[in-house]
Amino acid sequence: MKQWIRQRPLALAAALALLALGLLVLGTCVGSSGLQGLEEVWHDPVAQQIVWEIRLPRSAGAWGAGALLGLAGAVAQGLFRNPLADPYLLGSAAGASLGVCVAMALLGASPLAAPWLVQLGLTGAAFLGATGAVLLTLALARGVQQTLRLLLAGVVVGVVLGAAGSLILLVQPQLMQAMQGFMLGSTALVGWGACLLMLGVWCVCMALAWALSPVLDGLSLGEGTALSLGLPVVPMRMALVLMLALATGTAVAHTGLIAFVGLAAPHLVRAMVRAGHARLVLLSSLMGGALLLGADLLARSLIAPGELPVGVLTAVLGGGYLLWLMHRQNPLAVGAKP
Amino acid sequence: MTAALHPLALSARGIRARLGATPVLHGVDLDIEAGRWTSIAGPNGAGKSTLLKVLAGLLAHEGVVHLHGQPLAAWPARQRAQQLAWLGQNEVAGDDLTVWDVALLGRLPHQPWLGRPSARDWAAVEDALRATQAWDWRERTLGQLSGGERQRVLLARALSVQASVLLMDEPLANLDPPHQVDWLHIVRSLVARGTTVVSVLHEISMALHADAVVVMAQGRITHQGACAHPASHRALQQVFDGRIAIHAVAGQWVALARTP
Repeated sequence: MKQWIRQRPLALAAALALLALGLLVLGTCVGSSGLQGLEEVWHDPVAQQIVWEIRLPRSAGAWGAGALLGLAGAVAQGLFRNPLADPYLLGSAAGASLGVCVAMALLGASPLAAPWLVQLGLTGAAFLGATGAVLLTLALARGVQQTLRLLLAGVVVGVVLGAAGSLILLVQPQLMQAMQGFMLGSTALVGWGACLLMLGVWCVCMALAWALSPVLDGLSLGEGTALSLGLPVVPMRMALVLMLALATGTAVAHTGLIAFVGLAAPHLVRAMVRAGHARLVLLSSLMGGALLLGADLLARSLIAPGELPVGVLTAVLGGGYLLWLMHRQNPLAVGAKP
Repeated sequence: MTAALHPLALSARGIRARLGATPVLHGVDLDIEAGRWTSIAGPNGAGKSTLLKVLAGLLAHEGVVHLHGQPLAAWPARQRAQQLAWLGQNEVAGDDLTVWDVALLGRLPHQPWLGRPSARDWAAVEDALRATQAWDWRERTLGQLSGGERQRVLLARALSVQASVLLMDEPLANLDPPHQVDWLHIVRSLVARGTTVVSVLHEISMALHADAVVVMAQGRITHQGACAHPASHRALQQVFDGRIAIHAVAGQWVALARTP
């Protein structure tokens, strides 16, 4: 019994890591001209440059953003003991949108005008917006003592900041298309710098989530039980909320509002293995990375040389797979409460 | 404080507590003797569960609670969790956790942070799961269990702490009669080994199996005494407005509804 419980999560982790690696390799061959042979890429200096400067960082970035969202989703669902929780729960999505909206209105340009310069500014704005919104939620909820108050404050912040963003768009309708692009998410502008940053943030967040996983395990038996087990619930919940803000803010800043990865990844993992939160956060993160990487590949290749917004594909892929799982299994198995 | 025959495991003085804005406990004083089983009984809304939460240090309150002679707040969280275990009523439980994982959570106070469970932890969890007859489903998740089965797993979680003081709020919820009897045996063997047990029970007949009973009504303790003592029976009949009567049946005290 112990063997089975121990080994199955390990096997899934290995499979997800291998899948990501395979997709990464495949990603080097997929471009605007469709699928290229690996050998062809290898011998063509121009293709090599494209692979190294565009395709590889983009794929790595897609994995990084997906991994951050998957991690944040698992932590959010554990923290709020709610299978419908997702990383954007505490207002970070609306905050990031508002940040980008304000930045674009101030810069007076769409991101296509001067991609690198503007992206740098927009990335910072999205990150500040996302983390700022979570901090505002924390302030309105007066800390993390009460989960319900925190959730409600998150909803209020989301609605109010969303309204503010809409107001700006109403006044400056020329920003609407660029904003729509941000809302749907894209990995097109991810460079090596962003990849390294995401990897660094992932390491920090994963270490923190791993270290605090006993609290998430304890909380799954209720707050009273967690406290009675001597777990410092309140300070650790604060640390987890800040981790959530950092992971979500970083992912959103570089790839926009990618839908569904954070919600679906933990459910997909739970449908395959039973594991405590220490393993669940790692597996969800690997699942999120593989999911977004796969979606990004499809987004680039399905209508090449055109490109689909990756957020649309994550919603269709993740959502479709989740629905199929729910259809196949008892609804309880994917985490729904009776 | 009056001198008790046994050393005190828990003592509470001047406890006032509220749920939201509503005052629930109005100045409660209580001594729980070590190595004995004390039940708390009384009508709905008497403040039994609230008192248990205060004793467990889970609810903000006025007044002071001592655990083994030391104020509860002065205990480091981990040491306190090793000494004092609490089983709540209607606590949510993660459907995704396996029975084994749930019971193992009871060992958290004994494990180093992120440390692997020791042989002692495995043994404690196995003992607890076998005691509540939940061992056979150790690989199942809570979501795959019935209400009564789930309650036995949560009970095993509380037992696996192996604390010197065990507080249980309605531990018999959803349990069928044979498993209620099992629970009685578990409590008796715990007490025989020196554990202090405090249980909130709405079934008066079960509550009267204890060594002592604390009778509560409207946020106050109206009586505290031995379960076999006629004064305890009178106090119980009184807080239930004389609508129950306590009789001796086959060597047990049984509360029966008094029909008009």
